[in-house]
Amino acid sequence: MGQKNISGHNFDALRANRDNPTAALVLEDGTIYTGFGFGAATTNVGEVCFNTSMTGYQEIMTDPSYAGQIITFTFPHIGNVGTNSKDLETITPAALGMIVRQPVTNPASWRSDSSLDDWLVAHNLPGISGIDTRALTRRIRDLGAPRGALSHAPDGNIDTGALHELAKSWPGLKNMDLAKSVTLPDTTPWDEGSWNYDSQAHQVTPAKFNVVAMDFGCKHNILRCLQDAGCAVTVVPADTSADAIMALQPDGVFLSNGPGDPAATASYAGAEIAKLIAADMPVFGICIGHQLMALALGAKTHKMARGHRGANHPVRDLQTGKIEITSQNHGFAVDPDSLPADLEVTHISLFDQSIEGLRHKTKPAFCVQYHPESSPGPHDSRYLFERFTHLMETTRS
Amino acid sequence: MPRRDDIKSILIIGAGPIIIGQACEFDYSGAQACKALKADGYRVILVNSNPATIMTDPEMADATYIEPITPATVAKIIAAERPDALLPTMGGQTALNTALSLYKDGTLETYGVEMIGARTESIEMAEDRELFRKAMDRIGLECARARTVGNFDDALQALDFVGLPAIIRPSFTLGGEGGGIAYNKAEFETIVANGLRLSPVSEVLIEESVLGWKEFEMEVVRDTADNCIIVCSIENVDPMGVHTGDSMTVAPALTLTDKEYQALRDASLAVLREIGVDTGGSNVQFAVCPKTGRILVIEMNPRVSRSSALASKATGFPIAKIAAQLAVGYRLDELVNDITGVTPASFEPTIDYVVTKIPRFTFEKFSGADAILSTSMKSVGEAMAVGRSFEESLQKALRSMEIGLTGLNPVAPPVADATSGLDQLRGWLGELVPNRVLRIASALRHGISIDEVHAVTGWDRWFLERIQAIIDAENKVAAHGLPDDATVLRFLKSMGFSDARLAELAQLDATEVRSRRSKAGVLPVYKRIDTCAAEFSSETAYMYSTYEIAADAECEADPSDRKKIVILGGGPNRIGQGIEFDYCCVHACYALSDAGYETIMINCNPETVSTDYDTSDRLYFEPLTDEDVISIIKREAENGDLRGVIVQLGGQTPLKIAAALEAEGIPILGTSPDAIDLAEDRERFQLLLKKLDLLQPENGIAHSAEEAREIAQRIGLPVVIRPSYVLGGRAMEVVHQMDDLERYMRDAVVVSGKNPVLIDRFLNNAVEVDVDALCDGSDVYIGGIMEHIEEAGIHSGDSACSLPPQHLSDEILAALKQQTRDLAFALKVVGLMNIQFAIRENKIYLLEVNPRGSRTVPFVAKTTGVPLAKIASRILAGEKLASFNLTERHLPHVAVKEAVFPFARFPGVDVFLGPEMKSTGEVMGIDTDFGRAFAKSQLGAGTDLPLSGTVFISIKDEDKPAFIEICQSLVEDGFSILATGGTTAALQAAGVPATRINKVMEGRPHAVDAMLSGDIQLVFNTAKGAGAIKDSFSLRHTALTNKVPYYTTVAGSRAAAEAIRALRAGQLGVRTLQDYLADIS
Repeated sequence: MGQKNISGHNFDALRANRDNPTAALVLEDGTIYTGFGFGAATTNVGEVCFNTSMTGYQEIMTDPSYAGQIITFTFPHIGNVGTNSKDLETITPAALGMIVRQPVTNPASWRSDSSLDDWLVAHNLPGISGIDTRALTRRIRDLGAPRGALSHAPDGNIDTGALHELAKSWPGLKNMDLAKSVTLPDTTPWDEGSWNYDSQAHQVTPAKFNVVAMDFGCKHNILRCLQDAGCAVTVVPADTSADAIMALQPDGVFLSNGPGDPAATASYAGAEIAKLIAADMPVFGICIGHQLMALALGAKTHKMARGHRGANHPVRDLQTGKIEITSQNHGFAVDPDSLPADLEVTHISLFDQSIEGLRHKTKPAFCVQYHPESSPGPHDSRYLFERFTHLMETTRS
Repeated sequence: MPRRDDIKSILIIGAGPIIIGQACEFDYSGAQACKALKADGYRVILVNSNPATIMTDPEMADATYIEPITPATVAKIIAAERPDALLPTMGGQTALNTALSLYKDGTLETYGVEMIGARTESIEMAEDRELFRKAMDRIGLECARARTVGNFDDALQALDFVGLPAIIRPSFTLGGEGGGIAYNKAEFETIVANGLRLSPVSEVLIEESVLGWKEFEMEVVRDTADNCIIVCSIENVDPMGVHTGDSMTVAPALTLTDKEYQALRDASLAVLREIGVDTGGSNVQFAVCPKTGRILVIEMNPRVSRSSALASKATGFPIAKIAAQLAVGYRLDELVNDITGVTPASFEPTIDYVVTKIPRFTFEKFSGADAILSTSMKSVGEAMAVGRSFEESLQKALRSMEIGLTGLNPVAPPVADATSGLDQLRGWLGELVPNRVLRIASALRHGISIDEVHAVTGWDRWFLERIQAIIDAENKVAAHGLPDDATVLRFLKSMGFSDARLAELAQLDATEVRSRRSKAGVLPVYKRIDTCAAEFSSETAYMYSTYEIAADAECEADPSDRKKIVILGGGPNRIGQGIEFDYCCVHACYALSDAGYETIMINCNPETVSTDYDTSDRLYFEPLTDEDVISIIKREAENGDLRGVIVQLGGQTPLKIAAALEAEGIPILGTSPDAIDLAEDRERFQLLLKKLDLLQPENGIAHSAEEAREIAQRIGLPVVIRPSYVLGGRAMEVVHQMDDLERYMRDAVVVSGKNPVLIDRFLNNAVEVDVDALCDGSDVYIGGIMEHIEEAGIHSGDSACSLPPQHLSDEILAALKQQTRDLAFALKVVGLMNIQFAIRENKIYLLEVNPRGSRTVPFVAKTTGVPLAKIASRILAGEKLASFNLTERHLPHVAVKEAVFPFARFPGVDVFLGPEMKSTGEVMGIDTDFGRAFAKSQLGAGTDLPLSGTVFISIKDEDKPAFIEICQSLVEDGFSILATGGTTAALQAAGVPATRINKVMEGRPHAVDAMLSGDIQLVFNTAKGAGAIKDSFSLRHTALTNKVPYYTTVAGSRAAAEAIRALRAGQLGVRTLQDYLADIS
């Protein structure tokens, strides 16, 4: 019995779920949340975080940076617009599960080709509804993102003790290199631009630059935005060497977003990135790409007490003074006290003043912590892709 | 750029009287602007003719002008005050239009006044359809196919271009007034002709119909550095075709993918940038094709609006306050988000609940009006509700409306079910009626499929499925009774079911449902509205109730350990209960906070100052039903010292639940519910009056038509007849003939249910008087005695009145005061009371006593400088009148309150006044003498009295003697007189020169022809009896639609003549309220 039976008129189903809940979330401290299961009948363990976006759950679920995480959605109605084949950030979703307030409804959107429930089943992801998500969010806010195990069992046969053990024994995101688990195995070209609202299709822009994108768990919309900016993109695996990249003779190198502890990924990617920068290669990094660039140049990163996950985060561009409303998803940040002399801060968060952007003072390299490709989220920061092409242009000449 | 120091003083223009399309949301925005700018050290100069507003309280601005909002008057204020800047974006269309006029006529340039918050080019570009369309073209956004025309022939050509059905929108009118949808050519011609006339620039837009498309609004804020944020998205559940003010709406938008949402966001920002709204808040409206996603820009408002008030309340983000600060140079990142206290204002609020707004209508007050919605706004108020699901917020909103709904109550369709008449059901469902959600629910109940309902109504299936889920649950409860286990009960409550609705379904008593629910431990929790979905902790106690599905839900109410008082607000605005009551509640919050109490406000009206998170210490945005209110109070009583609840300031709404609160042992502060009942209960009240030896018009109580006939025969016609327990004179009527009495009894029984009907002798030509007083149980203070200008029989809310009275002898005044004292003590009033008297032939008759705050409290407070509502609140908390050192006020000025009517919105409705209240708002005119004060009140209400010309007079026989003097005065002032036959003869016989003109039924050319030709500048018309009233309807209707000033009573006509004389004697001046009050001895 799934949540399709869950409604105000099905008294029996409600009572059955009370006696044998079809889903449970158990946190590392032993807190048990029971509710109605949806999506795939399976169990996942990971870090329980929250996202405050009111739109774009499909993009969030397919953002590879969410690898290792179970997402609490703060907006109570999730699933209203179903899912579609256009709003994907990777083919295989990286997030581990969904925690929502309201049982998921039928989709109501002309763009939808599947319900969220079916889509989760197809991707073997569990979901739980009926949760006081606001209370859970407040807990995460005050005590940090806990480890947790989420299980959906339609027969109501859930061993919460086992889930607790699972949650406790999960190692946590710190020191975890997750980029390897989500990076493409092979070098792959990318030639699709952004989804165009008017033509209802992905556009293609003539390419003027060759860009190599190091894939630490890259969102497709970043690649689309690079394409829109006139880049022919070649995506390479996370552990590609600087020499191999240089051999492709790119005009610039892009360092993608991705999951996990940046310090763990930097153990192999850091030196290569440092080489690229030393060679005056134009470099642009986003999210973990930003952290890796900072680490490569000698800065340190730390796990934040409160991660940034939402589509409403204000960031100030220190060069122009302008405010951008940004899309963010990060639980680690660059430590401002650790910055080497040749890095300067270009963007800061107006929520907690943390570093949101960096620039090399003498080399053509810059990076931002937030997501200018913003899918989901406001399009205020798309100018950064132009800034990258401009950098490549001036470096070339 | 930080705060501008080159500006020292700022003029803010208010919105004037409450009218349809411009209600108390502009008191909310104006008050926020005044507070913010004054706190920042600017000298704030305010003009607003509406005395019932918080913004016109003398301490809100440095200089407050309660003067008519006309370009000429505001120019005088500018000449006197020499402000550095003018902020025109806080007072709706009235302020924008006035500011634009002052720019165009050179006043702003002459006095070096800078317009801030909006540029004139931006206002024009946003308001002028053609300029707007061109602007949208420039940024690649689409508008509906349309053409702007300035005459009838061009309109017909435009129709060929856009096709039928076509939408007609007149330029520069309020709330889309005069607009409509034409389905055929005849309809098209009628609407165009009307629209051309109503548009101040004689211009209408003929537009392609996008009926049934999805409709979205974005509330945008932008600063001088081009930082933009979307505060809130709003989805109109009623699709395109119904004015957004008349639509049920939800926030945030619920049926958009992020790609679509961001397309609307990008478009909104592009629109603001292109129109050039440099600072402040704007609203951009879109239509989206549900099949293809094609986006059209419908319009944008370069100012704060009703929608921005809604967005502010829905998110906690104070748009008006921030917009005012941005107008003086601040950037968004320099301002702090008050709610969290830790984040800047430069982020986009995100919410973790669903908000539903439902408009409230009053078609029943306007017989002859078509209760059909279109693109011209007709609602007079709205309720907003917050829930953790759409179902919960919808059902909370429905019961917040106070129209007798406990949820999705069924309405009867014209046929039994889909099989017996599908076409009829479809037609019924297709009508654009108020509260259409009820018809939709009933159609689903009667077997029409969701697909079919969607096809007919254009409502998104997502909403229909949620409604279906509610109906399914209802059916289950109706079939199986109330579930007794916490799990199922809690789930039902999480869908927003009220105890009362569950009781109806399970055929139980509501108290039984509540007790079973409490026993099962199913209680609401309170969550905070914090702008950030709990991402940051919020210190602001802005809350709503919800039932979580989960058993162990978290409650964030966290009641304090302080001494606390709960104030119940007035709910949605309606005719008879509006901003005046909100004013009283807000004053209670201010006064009791000052006195050291924690104030707890409960209300569900998003337009008001009372629902601002910083008006009270704690705000619950909740329906004002006994269930919802009792739950809150019980939660609050768990900690601290709950002194009690104030029910006497929010109008009838809190009084209705006072008994239920008392039954729960909740202390009611001030006058007891029993005394309130005594004043309302005719039989008990009569006994009291006999004891006090006070006079009442002869009367009786009828429980049947038979009894009514007997009583009418006994006391003699005419009689005033009304149901008991009503506010605003609902269904009250003066009956001159037995036939009318019979007809009335057939209708009124429906209105009053099991309550009886009250019948009073109607006092012809009596002077009506209103008295507002304060009593602490041992002492009485008379706040004000107001003499009505219209005679008794016209609802006190619709009558103009004068403070101080102009025609009452000292003896009468002394007697009125004594009777007021006697009644206050006899009723054991503690707090405010209002009494209505009628005076005829030196006898005082008691018409009505209301032991509660009245509509006139703010007017009296503004005129006398005594803050009645504040003092009342302190008395309710236990203080004595003696501690306030109140002395009788001798006023060196005269203030006139005049009512404002929505007749222009309801074509086909007669403008005659009667015992049923019809006005939506009021203005105040204040000056040194009555004539000038009355003239100002007329000007403020939109009536520009002529100083010369021709007056047309048609009056009933009994008024003829009174009119001789009035006409004499006008003739002396150089007016010519046109009159109907009988009136002409009477005037000539008295030596007053008059020329005869035909009545309409006497053949042409007649009076209406003369009016249409512009030969008549003023109309005095009184009539009696259904026949005569019907015959003269076209006369009044022509006057209304051609904006010819008209008066339909003797006293009103006399006051107009007096005002004309005063106006001819010299121009009206302007003076601050602070100066007037300083002169009171």
